[in-house]
Formats: sequence, structure tokens, C-alpha cells
Amino acid sequence: MNVEKELGWEIGVDIGGTFTDIVLRSSSEVLSTKVLTSSETPVLPVIAGIKKLAGDIGIPLKGINRVVHGTTLATNAIIEKKGAKTAFITTEGFRDVIEMRTESRFDQYDLNIQMPPPLITRDKRFTISERLSATGAKLINLNKAEVNKLISILEKEKFESIAIGFLHAHVNPIHELMTKKLIRKALPTIPISISSEVSPEIREYERFTTTCVNAYIQPVISPYLGVLEKQLRLIGIGCPIFLMLSNGGLSDVETGKKFPVRMVESGPAGGAILAGKISKECKLDKVVSFDMGGTTAKVCLLDDGKPDTAREFEVARQYRFKRGSGIPIRIPVIEMVEIGAGGGSVCKIDEYGRILVGPESAGSDPGPACYGKGGFEATITDANVILNRINPQIFAGGKLELSSIDAKNSFELALARPLNEPINICAAGAVEMVDENMANAAREHAMERGKSLLDRTLIAFGGSAPLHAVRLAQKLGIKKIIIPANAGVGSAVGFLDAPITYETTRSFYQRLSLINKKQVSAVLAKLEFEAKKVVERVSSSGSALCYFSAYMRFVGQRHEIKIRFPSSELTSSSVQKIRENFLEAYRSQYSQTMPNVDMEVVGWSVTAFLKQPPIKIRNNKVKSKGVRPQNTRNALDFITGKNIEHKVYSRKNISIGSKIIGPAIIEEDQTTTLIPKNFAAQINGYGYLVIEEHIT
Amino acid sequence: MNKKKKIRGGLSKMMLQVMWTRLIAVVEGQAKSLVRTAFSATVSEAGDLSAAVFDTEGRMIAQAVTGTPGHVNSLAEAVKNFVLEVAPSRLRDGDHLLTNDPWLSSGHLHDITVVTPTFREGRLVGFFACCCHQVDIGGLGQGPDAKSVFEEGLYIPIMYLAKAGELNDDLIKIIKANVRQPYEVEGDILSYIASNETGGRLLNQMLDEFPNISFKKLADYIIDFSQKSMEEKIKHLPIGVFRNLMKVDGYDKEVILKARLEVKQKKITIDFEGSSEASKFGINLVYNYTLAYSAYGVRAALAPEIPNNTGSLAPIEVLAPEDSILNVRKPAPVCARHIIGQFLPDLVLGCLQRVVPEGIQAEGSAGIWGIQARGGRELSETKVSSALPTFDLLFFNSGGTGARPTSDGLSATGFPSGVQALPTEAVENFAPVIIWRKEFRPGSGGAGKWRGGLGQSVEFSVVDDSSFAVFAMFDRVENPARGRKGGFDGFRGSVRTSNGKKLKAKGKQVVQSGDRLVIDVPGGAGYGKPIYRNPIYVLEDFKLGLIDAKTAKLVYGVAFTSGGAIDFERTKLLRKQLKISKA
Repeated sequence: MNVEKELGWEIGVDIGGTFTDIVLRSSSEVLSTKVLTSSETPVLPVIAGIKKLAGDIGIPLKGINRVVHGTTLATNAIIEKKGAKTAFITTEGFRDVIEMRTESRFDQYDLNIQMPPPLITRDKRFTISERLSATGAKLINLNKAEVNKLISILEKEKFESIAIGFLHAHVNPIHELMTKKLIRKALPTIPISISSEVSPEIREYERFTTTCVNAYIQPVISPYLGVLEKQLRLIGIGCPIFLMLSNGGLSDVETGKKFPVRMVESGPAGGAILAGKISKECKLDKVVSFDMGGTTAKVCLLDDGKPDTAREFEVARQYRFKRGSGIPIRIPVIEMVEIGAGGGSVCKIDEYGRILVGPESAGSDPGPACYGKGGFEATITDANVILNRINPQIFAGGKLELSSIDAKNSFELALARPLNEPINICAAGAVEMVDENMANAAREHAMERGKSLLDRTLIAFGGSAPLHAVRLAQKLGIKKIIIPANAGVGSAVGFLDAPITYETTRSFYQRLSLINKKQVSAVLAKLEFEAKKVVERVSSSGSALCYFSAYMRFVGQRHEIKIRFPSSELTSSSVQKIRENFLEAYRSQYSQTMPNVDMEVVGWSVTAFLKQPPIKIRNNKVKSKGVRPQNTRNALDFITGKNIEHKVYSRKNISIGSKIIGPAIIEEDQTTTLIPKNFAAQINGYGYLVIEEHIT
Repeated sequence: MNKKKKIRGGLSKMMLQVMWTRLIAVVEGQAKSLVRTAFSATVSEAGDLSAAVFDTEGRMIAQAVTGTPGHVNSLAEAVKNFVLEVAPSRLRDGDHLLTNDPWLSSGHLHDITVVTPTFREGRLVGFFACCCHQVDIGGLGQGPDAKSVFEEGLYIPIMYLAKAGELNDDLIKIIKANVRQPYEVEGDILSYIASNETGGRLLNQMLDEFPNISFKKLADYIIDFSQKSMEEKIKHLPIGVFRNLMKVDGYDKEVILKARLEVKQKKITIDFEGSSEASKFGINLVYNYTLAYSAYGVRAALAPEIPNNTGSLAPIEVLAPEDSILNVRKPAPVCARHIIGQFLPDLVLGCLQRVVPEGIQAEGSAGIWGIQARGGRELSETKVSSALPTFDLLFFNSGGTGARPTSDGLSATGFPSGVQALPTEAVENFAPVIIWRKEFRPGSGGAGKWRGGLGQSVEFSVVDDSSFAVFAMFDRVENPARGRKGGFDGFRGSVRTSNGKKLKAKGKQVVQSGDRLVIDVPGGAGYGKPIYRNPIYVLEDFKLGLIDAKTAKLVYGVAFTSGGAIDFERTKLLRKQLKISKA
């Protein structure tokens, strides 16, 4: 065993809803394990998994250099309503902001929709007489007597956490700070989240919900992180521990304790980071990452190795994946579209005989019918078994033998009989429909972002993605597909390549033609200071670097584009640069600009980061070599309706340079890759499977 | 049947379904990209637009589901008109057609429709069309005050916006010379071209992917499937005639909306005979718009899961007497047609109450209460003169929706419109005003087994306390949302000042300096008798401050113990008494 001396070993831990993935990596080796998540004591499986992985190859835990952790625990606490008893204090006259939402319905035709209940109900929302204007001037002074009266209620009612959100606090936090101080003095142990710190951005609904979410999960997440840290120390891991944040950056445990809302959706961010690394290694400037697991599929666009980012997303959607049915959270985040499409997605027909796939998932227990664990629902995994695309004997490394009889029965009952069509046709239809649904989500996402998909490379990972990746790519007009090694634990691998970075944002409106350079520079300097503080806390060497962004649009528009610029000190020439960058970005998104309309900046952000070591570029010119298939099997082709012979390979037996011509199936422990007719795959210098069109 | 044939037949059916899914996604994407670039707030905030794909005969095959139902069928009718006007054989690749004729498209001049033919290997395969609200179209500006459509702005008949890729600069020049924000309007119109072209490209890409199926075959399948499914739904309804009458406040006088809905074997006919005559003000509807809102009501109640297209809309027939408020002729003013249009779904749903076995939601506040105000220097009165520049402002406030047969109405939520409210912080940044209050209006939801949604109260003034004008356009101040099956009516709306002065619900009025405007937006109505409401919900409503103890006791018949729990003994007694007194 070649124990890496130079860089040592690092651990990536991704706690998901069902599985906890643990990756142990040196610069030359990657080991991984999947253990079941424990919702009661999530730290235990992590510790056990790390001990086992390290023990297996005799790595001393003291020798671990770095632990990187991401988790869905924060998300789950919101979805499952397992947060703390939280009070929300707001401006008099605005008690119902978080419940009034946007005053619109998220479904135009469904007359029976239910709005998601507010995280903090009306009886736990309190108002205080105070008021600031849009410029931050005091219109009504904070009524301290009211605050003091409220403190006794908070104490009596035994609130465990407090959120404070006043109107225009992102411009002037004075009343929030004063209220916090008064409460802190009287009730020193109760955590307090204030909107001007959690999310200093205009739009009270989003700022308040973000602050409420932070307060709601803090008493759950903060102790969890404490336990994790302690347990890791107890088994001898003394190295720094980093947390994955929603924007794909790493920060220290302190930040996670103070702003746990920034950890929401940190798991999927790991996948986007992995795709970013691969695009740099393979020198791909335009990429779309495709992560498909058991329940959902996520698609993210990357340019020049950088994933798309956004300032807002929705969590806990009431109607799964329906936009507008969840709780908006306004923090820096990797922008991706997530839809209910995975191996476990349930296939059925509606009353008109149309095939529906998802968004419901059979989950893992009992799971798809073919798991033979008492599940009866027809799922995409069942369809793939019926179509001979998955080998029932080797699923999940042979740990779980699938039953093709149960798979067929489920499709017989759910689709074939009511439709009066053969089982395999129904299975083919369901698979085509799920591919179509994913393609539509990806296409719509790209359209909304004003980006093209045609010239991109698809990078696919997650247990189910390699089976569906090529068909998805075809539907999107994409010509090249990459499937990395260890695709099944992609997110946890991605954590280890995440940069140490922290982003601070603030709303501060400026008309570009009338920009106040001095004021903006002051705002940027403050954001820079805050961002650097977080990053430099974990830096052993040197200071953080920064880049600056403005959120811009034409005056009168509603949606912004993020524009980068180099320095916090604004000059006439940097303003000119901002203008040019915006026009260029707008033109490339919408293929035109508005030559006579002024521009405006609605928000600013500063991203501090530590310089990362450059990615090692390997020689990707590999010598092509043939490889013998293990055997063959027939699988149905959707377009022609013919059963076609596929050659079957084991990924273990193919190495750098191996070339495989479709139709073929490549099997490995955590996933199966399908290469259709007219496509061919080759293993590149990094051990990734590169699939491209191959017309003979 | 031969096995091979069976497989091919089955697969082709699956393929058609997949392609249908794709087609809907294409037009959804088209609509979303329009929302992102739009300058008009009603497009970007409310999704007041439509996007759809048509076959060569002008049949609508798929349409994006967007924010306001007023566009549902208008676009379908519009493209038929384009096909009639311009012979399809004369069209070439790169042609784009445009109109804003209210009678040909969606009912007022602010909506511009652009239709683009799509070609495949040199042959016309269909059309992509979109219709979007403009930020301005000249004339008096948006409001009901014009006496005829000629005063409402620029009127463009069906014209070429571009020919074979060459933009019609003359037309663009005329449009720009006629509107207050020429660059924004120009930018918007150009983005419609890009969006239709994207649609065409994606359609061709799909047809490449499924070479065995032509667009004609797909179109026939979709229309046929949708029409049959809709007819199947109607077949299961009781045959008969069902009537409803609704009074709404109207602009200068009360408006009567009368509907006679007849369920036939495979068809539903709605006749609005007996509705009020056309108004002198611009609150009139063209037939297309009446059709759109009526069809929306029927489709939402009967078969919301069947997508909109010519097939699913075919079994719904709408008749509206000419020159009534629901079917005016040119040159009647039509600009603010949504004021009446928004009541049509409730009117039609009322007819369906005895038709749909699961029951139908009670009436809601329906109209959105937009505060349209003007203030600043121009308006300053004698005492306090304002140094503020003149400003105009519009922000939306929704009332409560009607209670549903199995759940409460939604509080402060728009129906049928999909308008999104503007954040208070954004409003105050945009104009020198202060919104002092914007929160639920307790008690305003009609009592019932299921409670109507609450309205909201909004209080508003200018930042320096100077006087300002409000252009009131509020309804349900006289006529509340009516309850169903023993449910109570929702609270009426009210318009006043904080000094207690009562204001009219319609027209321009000045709020004096130092005073504030207060609106109480109406609540939705209740469903079922209040004494059948689960006492636990009554207690919850009380604890949340949505109803008071008196209402709990006198209307719902629920008593609480001194400890704040339900007093079941007394509740039983109270409810018995309420039952007797009502009888």
C-alpha cells in the first residue's frame, strides 16, 4: 500500500437522507463507503464509517489532514418541521409578511391547492413599534418598553430561538441590533438571528423567511456540529474540519453554527464542484452536470469550470418541485434545477391513459418492486430491469439481488394491463418519459438562464445517471458525455475539491449613470472585510483574495444578471468596465441589448477565497485499445422498437485507453452505463469514461 | 394482431405522449424567457402573457400555463385570425406578423401579439405565437377613462413585423413615436421575435429526434385526445340548465352578470344573455376575453389536468349578446377589461355548483385591489407644499379566496388573477411613500364549515405627509363574496382615510396632507354552515387572532374554558341553540 506522504489523506462526508457517503482520498487513491444514515444520531455512522475505511488500509487517524462535511440535515429539519420553538419579532403592521408570501397561487388550474404553513405561526409572531424609511432614516423610534414587555413573554413561553426582522434593516440595522442587545441581556442563552446579518438583502418576505429558517434550525444544527467535532477529536482526528456551504465553498464550523441556513442544500453542491474539477481537467469550457440518484435528478450549468450561482432558492416545496410552493431562502447558492426523477420514481398512468413518471419516489424502503422488500410500485429501476439494461445479479455490488419477476408484475399491474400494451413497451415508454422530463427541465433551465445546451459536455454521476445520460444528451443535442470514476459517491468526492471561500451580499440600489462611487466603495469594503474574516480564520498561510459582483438589469426590468468586476475601490474606469460587462452578458443571454435604456445595480456581493493549488493536468492523449466483452444481452431500442444485442463489459476490466463501441453496457458496483448504437466510449487519462457519437 | 405491428403501434403511442410533453415544455420555456426580459410589471410580476404553438390551420396545439387566465383562449382565436388575414402559402421563413387589435386578440391595445411561421425543409409546419402586455401603448394610459378605443392608444391591424428576416422599420418607427417608453416597448417586441424563433428551432429539433412522426400526426393526436377526454368528463355530468346571477359594483353603476350554463351530451354552452349593457367606461370585454375567462372557470373545475389546446377548449361554447358588457363592438373602450373579467370564473363556477358532485368553492374577493396613486409637487395643496418630484405608483393587494368544499379559502391571495404582490421595501424604494401597514384583516373571511380566506388591510401615505391622489378601482365594496351551502359571505371591502373620512371605491380622489389612505380588502366567502366547523379549527383561528371570541361563540357556537381550551359541553349546547334559532 502506497501511503501518500506529501498531501496525506483527506475525508469527505456527505450525510444524505438515506445514505451517508464517506470518501477517503490521497492524491493517488480514492476509497469510499456508503452507510445508512441515522436520523437520531447522525454522527455515529460517520465515526464508524471513517474508522472502518481507515482501518481497512491501516491509515492512522492522526494522519488525516482535513475533513470536509456536507449534509442534508439542515434541509431535513425544515422539511420535517423538527426545528426549535421560535419567535419572530417584526415591525408593527407587518405581522403576516411570511404568511402572505407573494399573494399568488403556484398552480393556476388546481382549485384545491394548499399553501405551505408558515414556519413560525401567527401566534409566535410579535410586532414592535418602530419604523425606518427606505433610506434607513428613523420614522418611528424603537419602542424599548414594548421590547421589554415582549422579553417576559418570550421567557414565559419558553422560546428556544428568536428571529428578528424589521423593514429596511438591510439598509440600517440599528433597530435590530438594539432589540437583539436588549433580549441578549435578559435572556443570554437563547440564540438570536437578525435579518441584517443573516441575509442583508431587499425584499422583506425573502429576508424574513431566511432569518426565520436560520433561527428555526440553529438550536438543532449548532449542537450537532459540536458533537461531530467532539467525536472526531475523540477518535484522534485533530485536523481542521470544514463545512460545505450551499454556494459550493468551504468554511469553518463556527460559520455553520452561526448561519446554519447556509448549509441548506450543501450536499448537491458537492456534485457541481466535482463537475467543475472534471471540466478543468478535461479542458471543457461549457458543461452541464447531471446528477441522478434514487429520488431526484439535478442539473447544473458550468462555464469555464465554474457552476452557475444564484442568490435565492426554495426549500421544502409543498407540491414536490413545484416552483412557488416552498420557502424562499436568500443566500448565495449554486444554481441548479432539481426534479423528481430517479431510479425510484414511480411510474403510473392517469385517468386518461397517459404515462406519468414521478415525482413520487418509492424511496429505499421498501423501494422499487424489484428490490423484493415488499414494495409493489412500478419504478424506473424496475423498467430498467425489464428492459435488460440492469443486470439483477450485480446491482449495488451484488449486495441486493433484484427480482425481475417482481419488476414485470409491477408493470403488468400498473401500466400494461390498463393500457393493453406489452410490458416491455410500457417499460420503454416510462424510461423515455423520465428521460424526456429531465431533458425538459434541463432545457427550460438553460432557457431561463439564457444559455445554450448544444455546445456543452454532459458530466453524469449519481447511481442512476450513467444509464440515462446518453439518451438525455441526445435529447438535448449534446455530443459528448463524461462519466467519472466513483460516480456513485460524486458529491462526497466533490467536497474535497471545493475551494475555501465565503460570499457576502447586500442590497444597495444604484442607477449606473448616477452611481455614487464613494458610497458603493464603502459598502464593498465592508462586505470584503466580512468575507475575508471568515476565510482568513481558516487560512494557515497568507491572506484571502476577493472578487466583486454586481447584480444588474436595465431600469424597469425585474430579473438581474450577475456581473463581475475586479476591485472594491470604484473608479470611473471600473464603472465603465461594469457597464461593458453587463452589456456583453446581456447580449450573450438575450441576443440583443437596449441601447438607450439606463442600467441599475440592485445588489452587490464580495467573494473571498484562498488560492487553490492548480489542478494537475494529465496527458489525455491515450492510446486506443480494444477490449473483449464479458458477454452479451438484448435490450429494446425505443425509436426502432427492435431488440438489439448489447455487449456487456465490467468497468473493473477496462483501463485507460480502452475503447468500447455501442451498443454496449458497462457494469460496476454502484452503477451501470448504457452506450447505445452510434456511440462509443473510451477511458481517458483520468480513468473517466468519455462517450461520443460514433457512426459507422 | 401481428406482434411486430403491436409493438410498433404501442411505441408510436408512447412516442406521441413523449412529444406532447416536449411541446408543452417548449412553450413553457418560451414564456419564461419572455418574463425574464419584460419591462412591463404585469408581465414580470404577474405573468400577463401567453405563448403557444399552432399547426398550419391555426389550431392551438400546446400553450404555456401562465399567470392570468385572460390569455387562455384569446391567443387561440388570434392565430385563426392571422391565418385568415394572411394566406399561409404566401408566408416565408423569417416572416413575423403583429397586431394589437383588441377584437382579434386579447381584448385591449396594451397586448401585442406576434405570430411567426415555422418551416421545415422549406415547408410550413406551423406557427409559434406570443402575446405580451406592453408597459405603454400611448393614448390616455392604462385605466377605464377613455370614451372609445381610439383614445386608448395606438391601434395596429395585422401587419408584417418582419419579412424574410428583414425588420419592418416603418412599423417600429410608428410604434416608438406613439408610446411613452419607446425603447422598452421596442426591446420587448424584438424579444418576441427571438422567443418565437427559439420555439421553431426546438420544434424542428424534436421532429429530427422522432423521424417517424410528423407534426401533423402529433397535432391530430393531441387535439383528438384532448377533445375526447374533455367530452368524456362532460358526459358524466347531469344534463340540464344551471343558472347564476352576480351583482358587482361596476365603475359608475352596478353591473349584472348573468349566466345560463347548459350541460349537453358532450358539450357545455354558457350564455350570458341578460348581462348588463356595455359601459361608457373602459371596463368592457371583447368576446375573446369573455370566452377565455369563462373557459378557464369550466376547465379548472372539470379537467385541470388536460392541457389547453383547441381540442380541450372545443366542447365549451360561449355566447354573449352583442353590445353587452361581455361582448362589445369597436369602438367601445376596453382598456381596463380585467375589472369585470376577473368575476367571470366565479360566475361560471357558481353555475357548476350543482353539476360537480364534489362541490365548488365559494365566491372570493376576485378583483385585485391595486393602489394606483400620484403624488409629489404637482399635487401639493395649499398648506404643505411638497418638494418631491411628481410620481406615479401602482402596487397590488389581494383579498381572500372562497372556501373550498374540503378546505379553507386562501388569505390575501389572488384568484383568478396570478398577480404577485410587490414587496413593501421595493415599493418604498421605487416611490417616496410609506406603507404603514400591510397585514391580514382579522375576521374578514366568511364563516363556514370551511372559512373564507382573509382579506388584508393596507395603510399608506407619502413620505413627507403631502397630499396625494388615488385612482380607485375597487370592487366588492357594495356586493360581498357570497357563501355557499350555508357559509357566510366574506366581509365587504372599504376605502377610507385614517382620519375616518369615507372614500368612494371608484375614481380619482385626493387624500389631504397629514392623512393616510386605508383600504380593507374583501374577504372570501365561507362554505357550509359555521356550526359544523371542527371546534379545533375554531380554537386555532382564535389563537392565531384570525377571529375573535365573540364570533367563535355567536357564529361558530364554540365556547372556550378559562384555560383556553375548548369547552365541549357548552359548545354542544351553543351549537344546539344556534341550530334552533336558525330554524
